[in-house]
Amino acid sequence: MKVYENAKSALESVKSNQTIMVGGFGLVGAPLTLIDELTRKEIDGLTVISNNLGEKGKGLGILVNQKKIKKGIGSYFTSNRDVGDAYQKGEIELQLLPQGTLAESMRAGGAGLGGYYTKTGVGTDLAKGKEEKVIDGITYIFEPALRANVALIRAWKADTLGNLVFYKTARNFNPMMATAADIVIAEVDEIVEAGELSPEEIVTPHLFVDGMIKAQKILTKDGVIDHEQK
Amino acid sequence: MSKNEVQELIAKRAAQELKGRCVVNLGIGIPTLVAKFIEDENVSFHTENGLLGVSDVEGVIDPNLVNAGKLPVGEAVGASFFNSADSFGMIRGGHVDIAILGVLQADQTGLIANWAVPGKNIMGVGGAMDLLVGAKKVIVTTTHTSKDGKSKILKECTYPITSTRSVDMIITELAVFEVVEKQLRCIELMPGVTIEEVREKTEADFIEDLLVV
Repeated sequence: MKVYENAKSALESVKSNQTIMVGGFGLVGAPLTLIDELTRKEIDGLTVISNNLGEKGKGLGILVNQKKIKKGIGSYFTSNRDVGDAYQKGEIELQLLPQGTLAESMRAGGAGLGGYYTKTGVGTDLAKGKEEKVIDGITYIFEPALRANVALIRAWKADTLGNLVFYKTARNFNPMMATAADIVIAEVDEIVEAGELSPEEIVTPHLFVDGMIKAQKILTKDGVIDHEQK
Repeated sequence: MSKNEVQELIAKRAAQELKGRCVVNLGIGIPTLVAKFIEDENVSFHTENGLLGVSDVEGVIDPNLVNAGKLPVGEAVGASFFNSADSFGMIRGGHVDIAILGVLQADQTGLIANWAVPGKNIMGVGGAMDLLVGAKKVIVTTTHTSKDGKSKILKECTYPITSTRSVDMIITELAVFEVVEKQLRCIELMPGVTIEEVREKTEADFIEDLLVV
Protein backbone atom coordinates (compact mmCIF):
# COMPACT_ATOMS: atom_id res chain seq x y z
CA MET A 1 0.00 0.00 0.00
CA LYS A 2 1.41 3.32 -1.05
CA VAL A 3 0.35 6.80 0.02
CA TYR A 4 0.74 9.06 -3.01
CA GLU A 5 1.64 12.73 -2.81
CA ASN A 6 -0.99 13.73 -5.32
CA ALA A 7 -3.70 12.46 -7.66
CA LYS A 8 -1.42 12.65 -10.72
CA SER A 9 1.07 10.13 -9.35
CA ALA A 10 -1.75 7.96 -7.98
CA LEU A 11 -3.23 7.68 -11.47
CA GLU A 12 -0.03 6.72 -13.30
CA SER A 13 -1.31 3.15 -13.60
CA VAL A 14 -4.49 4.27 -15.39
CA LYS A 15 -4.16 3.88 -19.17
CA SER A 16 -6.35 4.42 -22.22
CA ASN A 17 -8.81 1.64 -23.11
CA GLN A 18 -8.87 0.26 -19.57
CA THR A 19 -11.95 -0.63 -17.56
CA ILE A 20 -12.23 1.45 -14.41
CA MET A 21 -14.69 1.35 -11.54
CA VAL A 22 -15.55 4.68 -9.97
CA GLY A 23 -17.36 4.81 -6.63
CA GLY A 24 -20.30 7.00 -5.75
CA PHE A 25 -24.05 7.44 -5.95
CA GLY A 26 -24.14 10.57 -8.08
CA LEU A 27 -21.46 12.75 -6.51
CA VAL A 28 -22.03 11.31 -3.02
CA GLY A 29 -19.10 9.05 -2.21
CA ALA A 30 -17.41 9.71 -5.55
CA PRO A 31 -13.60 10.13 -5.59
CA LEU A 32 -13.85 13.73 -6.79
CA THR A 33 -10.11 14.50 -6.56
CA LEU A 34 -9.15 11.46 -8.66
CA ILE A 35 -11.93 12.20 -11.17
CA ASP A 36 -10.72 15.79 -11.42
CA GLU A 37 -7.25 14.48 -12.28
CA LEU A 38 -8.73 12.15 -14.94
CA THR A 39 -10.23 15.23 -16.62
CA ARG A 40 -6.67 16.58 -17.01
CA LYS A 41 -5.03 13.29 -17.98
CA GLU A 42 -4.54 12.48 -21.65
CA ILE A 43 -6.56 9.33 -21.87
CA ASP A 44 -9.44 7.89 -23.87
CA GLY A 45 -11.42 4.76 -24.73
CA LEU A 46 -12.30 4.11 -21.09
CA THR A 47 -14.98 1.69 -19.99
CA VAL A 48 -16.37 3.16 -16.79
CA ILE A 49 -18.37 1.11 -14.29
CA SER A 50 -20.23 3.49 -11.98
CA ASN A 51 -23.85 3.83 -10.88
CA ASN A 52 -24.28 7.09 -12.82
CA LEU A 53 -21.91 8.88 -15.14
CA GLY A 54 -21.77 11.84 -12.76
CA GLU A 55 -24.11 14.76 -13.09
CA LYS A 56 -24.33 17.26 -15.94
CA GLY A 57 -20.88 18.90 -16.16
CA LYS A 58 -19.85 17.50 -12.79
CA GLY A 59 -17.76 14.53 -11.68
CA LEU A 60 -17.67 11.83 -14.37
CA GLY A 61 -20.01 14.07 -16.39
CA ILE A 62 -16.92 16.08 -17.37
CA LEU A 63 -15.22 12.95 -18.76
CA VAL A 64 -18.39 12.20 -20.76
CA ASN A 65 -18.24 15.66 -22.32
CA GLN A 66 -14.51 15.24 -23.02
CA LYS A 67 -15.40 12.00 -24.90
CA LYS A 68 -12.91 10.01 -22.84
CA ILE A 69 -15.49 7.34 -22.05
CA LYS A 70 -16.15 4.73 -24.73
CA LYS A 71 -18.61 2.73 -22.66
CA GLY A 72 -20.53 3.28 -19.46
CA ILE A 73 -21.89 0.46 -17.30
CA GLY A 74 -24.33 1.66 -14.62
CA SER A 75 -27.92 1.68 -13.39
CA TYR A 76 -29.15 5.24 -13.78
CA PHE A 77 -28.15 7.59 -16.59
CA THR A 78 -31.33 9.71 -16.60
CA SER A 79 -29.87 12.22 -14.11
CA ASN A 80 -27.18 13.42 -16.54
CA ARG A 81 -28.82 14.56 -19.79
CA ASP A 82 -25.43 14.80 -21.51
CA VAL A 83 -25.10 11.01 -21.27
CA GLY A 84 -28.41 10.50 -23.07
CA ASP A 85 -27.47 13.06 -25.72
CA ALA A 86 -24.08 11.40 -26.32
CA TYR A 87 -25.83 8.02 -26.54
CA GLN A 88 -28.37 9.29 -29.12
CA LYS A 89 -25.47 10.64 -31.21
CA GLY A 90 -23.69 7.29 -30.99
CA GLU A 91 -20.75 8.78 -29.10
CA ILE A 92 -21.01 6.49 -26.11
CA GLU A 93 -22.02 2.88 -25.58
CA LEU A 94 -24.17 2.20 -22.51
CA GLN A 95 -24.95 -0.96 -20.59
CA LEU A 96 -27.80 -0.59 -18.15
CA LEU A 97 -28.01 -2.97 -15.20
CA PRO A 98 -30.48 -2.98 -12.31
CA GLN A 99 -28.76 -1.32 -9.36
CA GLY A 100 -28.78 -4.47 -7.25
CA THR A 101 -27.31 -6.46 -10.14
CA LEU A 102 -24.59 -3.85 -10.64
CA ALA A 103 -23.64 -4.09 -6.96
CA GLU A 104 -23.86 -7.89 -6.77
CA SER A 105 -21.82 -8.35 -9.96
CA MET A 106 -19.00 -6.38 -8.37
CA ARG A 107 -19.25 -8.42 -5.19
CA ALA A 108 -19.07 -11.61 -7.28
CA GLY A 109 -16.12 -10.24 -9.25
CA GLY A 110 -14.27 -9.49 -6.03
CA ALA A 111 -15.08 -12.83 -4.44
CA GLY A 112 -13.75 -15.11 -7.14
CA LEU A 113 -17.12 -16.00 -8.67
CA GLY A 114 -17.81 -16.14 -12.41
CA GLY A 115 -21.37 -14.89 -11.94
CA TYR A 116 -24.64 -15.77 -10.27
CA TYR A 117 -28.38 -16.23 -10.90
CA THR A 118 -30.83 -13.48 -9.97
CA LYS A 119 -34.58 -13.05 -10.38
CA THR A 120 -34.19 -9.30 -10.93
CA GLY A 121 -35.00 -8.31 -14.49
CA VAL A 122 -36.52 -11.65 -15.58
CA GLY A 123 -38.96 -11.09 -18.47
CA THR A 124 -37.81 -7.53 -19.16
CA ASP A 125 -35.75 -6.00 -21.96
CA LEU A 126 -32.70 -6.07 -19.67
CA ALA A 127 -32.87 -9.89 -19.60
CA LYS A 128 -32.64 -10.23 -23.39
CA GLY A 129 -29.92 -12.68 -24.39
CA LYS A 130 -29.27 -13.77 -20.81
CA GLU A 131 -29.41 -17.45 -19.83
CA GLU A 132 -32.52 -18.42 -17.85
CA LYS A 133 -32.60 -21.13 -15.21
CA VAL A 134 -35.48 -22.40 -13.09
CA ILE A 135 -34.48 -23.24 -9.52
CA ASP A 136 -37.19 -24.55 -7.16
CA GLY A 137 -39.88 -23.22 -9.49
CA ILE A 138 -38.50 -19.67 -9.70
CA THR A 139 -37.00 -18.30 -12.91
CA TYR A 140 -33.61 -16.63 -12.62
CA ILE A 141 -31.22 -15.11 -15.16
CA PHE A 142 -27.46 -15.47 -15.20
CA GLU A 143 -25.43 -12.33 -14.55
CA PRO A 144 -21.67 -12.44 -15.09
CA ALA A 145 -19.32 -10.96 -12.50
CA LEU A 146 -17.78 -7.54 -13.09
CA ARG A 147 -14.11 -6.73 -12.64
CA ALA A 148 -11.94 -3.78 -13.59
CA ASN A 149 -8.30 -2.92 -14.19
CA VAL A 150 -8.49 -0.08 -11.69
CA ALA A 151 -10.99 0.99 -9.04
CA LEU A 152 -11.09 4.59 -7.84
CA ILE A 153 -12.95 4.79 -4.56
CA ARG A 154 -13.79 7.27 -1.81
CA ALA A 155 -13.52 6.57 1.90
CA TRP A 156 -13.66 8.70 5.03
CA LYS A 157 -10.87 7.52 7.30
CA ALA A 158 -7.95 5.28 6.51
CA ASP A 159 -5.02 4.06 8.55
CA THR A 160 -1.47 3.87 7.27
CA LEU A 161 -1.96 0.21 6.35
CA GLY A 162 -4.91 1.03 4.09
CA ASN A 163 -7.79 -0.11 6.29
CA LEU A 164 -10.86 1.95 5.39
CA VAL A 165 -13.90 3.38 7.15
CA PHE A 166 -16.74 5.01 5.19
CA TYR A 167 -19.01 7.94 5.96
CA LYS A 168 -22.83 7.66 6.04
CA THR A 169 -24.37 7.18 2.56
CA ALA A 170 -21.01 7.95 0.90
CA ARG A 171 -20.26 4.24 1.38
CA ASN A 172 -22.56 2.90 -1.39
CA PHE A 173 -20.57 1.00 -4.10
CA ASN A 174 -17.09 1.81 -2.74
CA PRO A 175 -16.57 -1.33 -0.58
CA MET A 176 -17.48 -3.71 -3.43
CA MET A 177 -15.31 -1.86 -5.95
CA ALA A 178 -12.39 -2.16 -3.53
CA THR A 179 -12.60 -5.93 -3.96
CA ALA A 180 -13.12 -6.16 -7.72
CA ALA A 181 -10.17 -4.46 -9.45
CA ASP A 182 -6.52 -5.30 -10.06
CA ILE A 183 -5.44 -1.94 -8.65
CA VAL A 184 -7.46 -0.06 -6.03
CA ILE A 185 -6.79 3.60 -5.28
CA ALA A 186 -8.68 5.19 -2.39
CA GLU A 187 -9.21 8.88 -1.86
CA VAL A 188 -9.73 9.63 1.84
CA ASP A 189 -10.40 12.59 4.11
CA GLU A 190 -8.10 11.55 6.88
CA ILE A 191 -5.18 9.14 7.35
CA VAL A 192 -4.50 7.96 10.90
CA GLU A 193 -1.80 5.69 12.34
CA ALA A 194 -2.35 1.93 12.19
CA GLY A 195 -4.00 0.88 15.42
CA GLU A 196 -6.10 4.01 15.77
CA LEU A 197 -9.12 2.50 14.02
CA SER A 198 -11.04 -0.07 15.99
CA PRO A 199 -10.83 -3.49 14.25
CA GLU A 200 -14.62 -3.71 14.53
CA GLU A 201 -15.24 -0.47 12.66
CA ILE A 202 -13.02 -1.28 9.66
CA VAL A 203 -15.26 -1.95 6.64
CA THR A 204 -12.60 -2.53 3.98
CA PRO A 205 -9.55 -4.43 5.29
CA HIS A 206 -6.19 -3.21 3.94
CA LEU A 207 -5.49 -6.21 1.70
CA PHE A 208 -7.91 -4.73 -0.86
CA VAL A 209 -6.22 -1.33 -1.07
CA ASP A 210 -3.12 -0.60 -3.19
CA GLY A 211 -2.81 3.18 -2.97
CA MET A 212 -4.24 6.23 -1.25
CA ILE A 213 -4.35 9.98 -1.53
CA LYS A 214 -5.77 12.68 0.70
CA ALA A 215 -8.93 14.17 -0.82
CA GLN A 216 -8.51 17.67 -2.21
CA LYS A 217 -12.05 18.04 -3.58
CA ILE A 218 -14.99 17.70 -1.25
CA LEU A 219 -18.75 17.72 -1.67
CA THR A 220 -20.58 20.42 0.27
CA LYS A 221 -24.20 21.47 0.18
CA ASP A 222 -23.10 24.26 -2.18
CA GLY A 223 -21.34 21.88 -4.58
CA VAL A 224 -17.80 20.59 -5.03
CA ILE A 225 -15.07 22.76 -3.51
CA ASP A 226 -11.31 22.52 -2.87
CA HIS A 227 -10.40 21.26 0.58
CA GLU A 228 -8.53 24.41 1.64
CA GLN A 229 -11.66 26.51 0.97
CA LYS A 230 -13.60 24.59 3.59
CA MET B 1 -55.44 21.83 -7.34
CA SER B 2 -51.81 22.82 -7.83
CA LYS B 3 -49.21 20.19 -8.74
CA ASN B 4 -47.97 20.18 -5.14
CA GLU B 5 -51.47 19.71 -3.74
CA VAL B 6 -52.10 16.79 -6.10
CA GLN B 7 -48.81 15.14 -5.09
CA GLU B 8 -49.52 15.63 -1.38
CA LEU B 9 -53.03 14.24 -1.73
CA ILE B 10 -51.65 11.07 -3.30
CA ALA B 11 -48.80 10.78 -0.77
CA LYS B 12 -51.17 11.26 2.15
CA ARG B 13 -53.43 8.46 0.94
CA ALA B 14 -50.43 6.16 0.45
CA ALA B 15 -49.30 6.92 4.02
CA GLN B 16 -52.53 5.34 5.32
CA GLU B 17 -51.27 1.98 3.98
CA LEU B 18 -48.26 2.04 6.30
CA LYS B 19 -49.26 0.83 9.72
CA GLY B 20 -47.45 -0.98 12.49
CA ARG B 21 -44.00 -2.45 12.37
CA CYS B 22 -42.78 -2.43 8.78
CA VAL B 23 -39.80 -1.56 6.59
CA VAL B 24 -40.69 0.70 3.68
CA ASN B 25 -38.67 1.78 0.65
CA LEU B 26 -39.71 5.04 -0.98
CA GLY B 27 -38.93 5.81 -4.62
CA ILE B 28 -38.19 9.17 -6.21
CA GLY B 29 -40.90 11.84 -6.62
CA ILE B 30 -44.33 11.49 -4.98
CA PRO B 31 -43.21 8.44 -2.93
CA THR B 32 -40.60 10.59 -1.14
CA LEU B 33 -43.41 12.81 0.18
CA VAL B 34 -45.11 9.87 1.91
CA ALA B 35 -42.69 9.97 4.86
CA LYS B 36 -43.92 13.34 6.09
CA PHE B 37 -47.40 11.93 6.69
CA ILE B 38 -46.18 9.09 8.91
CA GLU B 39 -46.24 9.56 12.67
CA ASP B 40 -45.90 5.89 13.62
CA GLU B 41 -42.42 5.18 15.01
CA ASN B 42 -42.81 1.52 14.08
CA VAL B 43 -42.45 2.40 10.38
CA SER B 44 -38.78 2.28 9.29
CA PHE B 45 -37.68 3.76 6.01
CA HIS B 46 -35.04 2.04 3.89
CA THR B 47 -33.20 3.79 1.08
CA GLU B 48 -31.32 1.65 -1.43
CA ASN B 49 -28.19 3.81 -1.36
CA GLY B 50 -27.44 2.33 2.03
CA LEU B 51 -29.49 3.50 5.00
CA LEU B 52 -32.16 1.90 7.16
CA GLY B 53 -33.73 4.55 9.37
CA VAL B 54 -34.26 7.53 7.06
CA SER B 55 -35.71 10.62 8.77
CA ASP B 56 -36.16 14.29 7.99
CA VAL B 57 -33.13 16.57 7.97
CA GLU B 58 -32.58 17.89 11.47
CA GLY B 59 -30.54 21.06 11.67
CA VAL B 60 -27.55 21.18 9.36
CA ILE B 61 -27.73 19.57 5.90
CA ASP B 62 -25.12 16.87 5.39
CA PRO B 63 -24.37 16.49 1.63
CA ASN B 64 -23.15 12.93 2.22
CA LEU B 65 -26.39 11.80 3.83
CA VAL B 66 -28.98 11.46 1.06
CA ASN B 67 -31.90 9.31 -0.12
CA ALA B 68 -32.31 7.53 -3.46
CA GLY B 69 -33.37 10.82 -5.06
CA LYS B 70 -30.06 12.34 -3.84
CA LEU B 71 -32.01 14.67 -1.53
CA PRO B 72 -30.59 15.37 1.93
CA VAL B 73 -32.13 13.33 4.76
CA GLY B 74 -31.52 12.66 8.44
CA GLU B 75 -30.92 9.44 10.37
CA ALA B 76 -33.50 8.07 12.78
CA VAL B 77 -32.70 6.60 16.20
CA GLY B 78 -31.36 3.10 15.55
CA ALA B 79 -30.34 3.88 11.96
CA SER B 80 -27.69 1.79 10.18
CA PHE B 81 -25.52 2.31 7.10
CA PHE B 82 -24.51 -0.45 4.70
CA ASN B 83 -23.08 -0.89 1.21
CA SER B 84 -25.13 -1.16 -2.01
CA ALA B 85 -24.75 -4.95 -2.34
CA ASP B 86 -26.09 -5.52 1.18
CA SER B 87 -28.83 -2.99 0.56
CA PHE B 88 -30.05 -4.85 -2.50
CA GLY B 89 -29.64 -8.15 -0.69
CA MET B 90 -32.22 -6.78 1.73
CA ILE B 91 -34.51 -5.88 -1.18
CA ARG B 92 -34.15 -8.99 -3.35
CA GLY B 93 -34.04 -11.22 -0.31
CA GLY B 94 -37.56 -10.24 0.73
CA HIS B 95 -36.65 -8.23 3.83
CA VAL B 96 -38.39 -5.04 2.73
CA ASP B 97 -42.13 -5.10 3.44
CA ILE B 98 -43.44 -2.34 1.20
CA ALA B 99 -42.06 -0.43 -1.78
CA ILE B 100 -43.76 2.75 -2.99
CA LEU B 101 -42.83 3.63 -6.55
CA GLY B 102 -43.62 6.15 -9.25
CA VAL B 103 -44.41 5.01 -12.80
CA LEU B 104 -44.50 6.26 -16.36
CA GLN B 105 -47.31 3.78 -17.17
CA ALA B 106 -49.29 1.01 -15.49
CA ASP B 107 -51.57 -1.49 -17.17
CA GLN B 108 -54.82 -3.24 -16.32
CA THR B 109 -53.00 -6.35 -15.08
CA GLY B 110 -50.86 -4.31 -12.68
CA LEU B 111 -47.67 -4.38 -14.73
CA ILE B 112 -45.71 -1.13 -14.70
CA ALA B 113 -43.18 0.70 -16.86
CA ASN B 114 -40.89 3.20 -15.17
CA TRP B 115 -37.33 2.94 -16.41
CA ALA B 116 -37.08 3.66 -20.13
CA VAL B 117 -38.73 5.58 -22.94
CA PRO B 118 -37.49 4.32 -26.32
CA GLY B 119 -35.68 7.07 -28.23
CA LYS B 120 -35.64 9.45 -25.26
CA ASN B 121 -32.96 10.19 -22.69
CA ILE B 122 -34.76 8.23 -20.01
CA MET B 123 -32.43 5.35 -19.31
CA GLY B 124 -32.40 4.73 -15.62
CA VAL B 125 -33.52 1.54 -14.00
CA GLY B 126 -31.96 2.22 -10.60
CA GLY B 127 -33.48 -0.06 -8.00
CA ALA B 128 -36.94 -0.44 -9.56
CA MET B 129 -36.52 -3.97 -10.96
CA ASP B 130 -35.01 -5.20 -7.70
CA LEU B 131 -37.84 -3.70 -5.63
CA LEU B 132 -40.48 -5.34 -7.82
CA VAL B 133 -39.03 -8.82 -7.45
CA GLY B 134 -38.21 -8.41 -3.78
CA ALA B 135 -40.66 -6.22 -1.88
CA LYS B 136 -43.55 -8.08 -0.25
CA LYS B 137 -46.04 -5.39 -1.30
CA VAL B 138 -45.67 -2.77 -4.05
CA ILE B 139 -47.74 0.40 -4.08
CA VAL B 140 -47.67 2.78 -7.04
CA THR B 141 -48.27 6.49 -6.48
CA THR B 142 -48.80 8.47 -9.67
CA THR B 143 -50.83 11.23 -11.22
CA HIS B 144 -53.75 9.68 -13.09
CA THR B 145 -52.85 11.30 -16.40
CA SER B 146 -49.64 12.50 -18.03
CA LYS B 147 -48.88 16.19 -18.65
CA ASP B 148 -50.74 16.03 -21.98
CA GLY B 149 -53.86 14.61 -20.30
CA LYS B 150 -53.47 11.00 -21.45
CA SER B 151 -54.32 8.14 -19.10
CA LYS B 152 -51.25 6.64 -17.42
CA ILE B 153 -53.28 3.53 -16.58
CA LEU B 154 -53.48 1.69 -19.88
CA LYS B 155 -54.79 -1.54 -21.33
CA GLU B 156 -51.16 -2.40 -22.02
CA CYS B 157 -47.90 -0.55 -21.31
CA THR B 158 -46.28 0.82 -24.48
CA TYR B 159 -42.94 1.47 -22.74
CA PRO B 160 -40.71 -1.46 -21.65
CA ILE B 161 -42.08 -3.12 -18.50
CA THR B 162 -40.12 -3.12 -15.24
CA SER B 163 -41.07 -6.62 -14.11
CA THR B 164 -43.43 -9.50 -14.85
CA ARG B 165 -44.71 -9.07 -11.26
CA SER B 166 -47.90 -7.06 -10.89
CA VAL B 167 -48.02 -4.30 -8.31
CA ASP B 168 -50.53 -4.59 -5.47
CA MET B 169 -52.06 -1.11 -5.41
CA ILE B 170 -52.21 2.06 -7.53
CA ILE B 171 -53.04 5.39 -5.88
CA THR B 172 -53.80 8.47 -7.99
CA GLU B 173 -55.44 11.83 -7.29
CA LEU B 174 -58.71 10.34 -8.58
CA ALA B 175 -58.91 6.85 -7.15
CA VAL B 176 -57.35 3.88 -5.41
CA PHE B 177 -57.03 0.62 -7.33
CA GLU B 178 -56.14 -2.80 -6.02
CA VAL B 179 -54.71 -5.50 -8.25
CA VAL B 180 -56.24 -8.88 -7.48
CA GLU B 181 -55.38 -11.86 -9.66
CA LYS B 182 -54.06 -9.62 -12.44
CA GLN B 183 -57.27 -7.55 -12.50
CA LEU B 184 -57.59 -3.91 -11.59
CA ARG B 185 -60.32 -3.12 -9.05
CA CYS B 186 -61.28 0.46 -8.27
CA ILE B 187 -61.90 0.33 -4.51
CA GLU B 188 -62.03 3.98 -3.53
CA LEU B 189 -62.65 7.43 -5.01
CA MET B 190 -60.69 10.43 -3.80
CA PRO B 191 -62.79 13.23 -2.22
CA GLY B 192 -65.07 14.96 -4.74
CA VAL B 193 -64.31 12.53 -7.57
CA THR B 194 -67.08 10.62 -9.37
CA ILE B 195 -66.77 7.14 -10.86
CA GLU B 196 -67.77 8.67 -14.22
CA GLU B 197 -64.66 10.89 -14.12
CA VAL B 198 -62.47 7.88 -13.31
CA ARG B 199 -64.01 5.90 -16.19
CA GLU B 200 -63.46 8.80 -18.58
CA LYS B 201 -59.79 9.31 -17.63
CA THR B 202 -58.77 5.65 -17.45
CA GLU B 203 -57.91 3.71 -20.60
CA ALA B 204 -57.57 0.43 -18.71
CA ASP B 205 -60.51 -1.84 -18.03
CA PHE B 206 -61.23 -2.15 -14.32
CA ILE B 207 -63.78 -3.67 -12.00
CA GLU B 208 -65.81 -1.22 -9.92
CA ASP B 209 -65.62 -2.48 -6.39
CA LEU B 210 -66.25 0.62 -4.30
CA LEU B 211 -66.78 0.07 -0.63
CA VAL B 212 -70.15 1.43 0.39
CA VAL B 213 -69.62 3.86 3.23
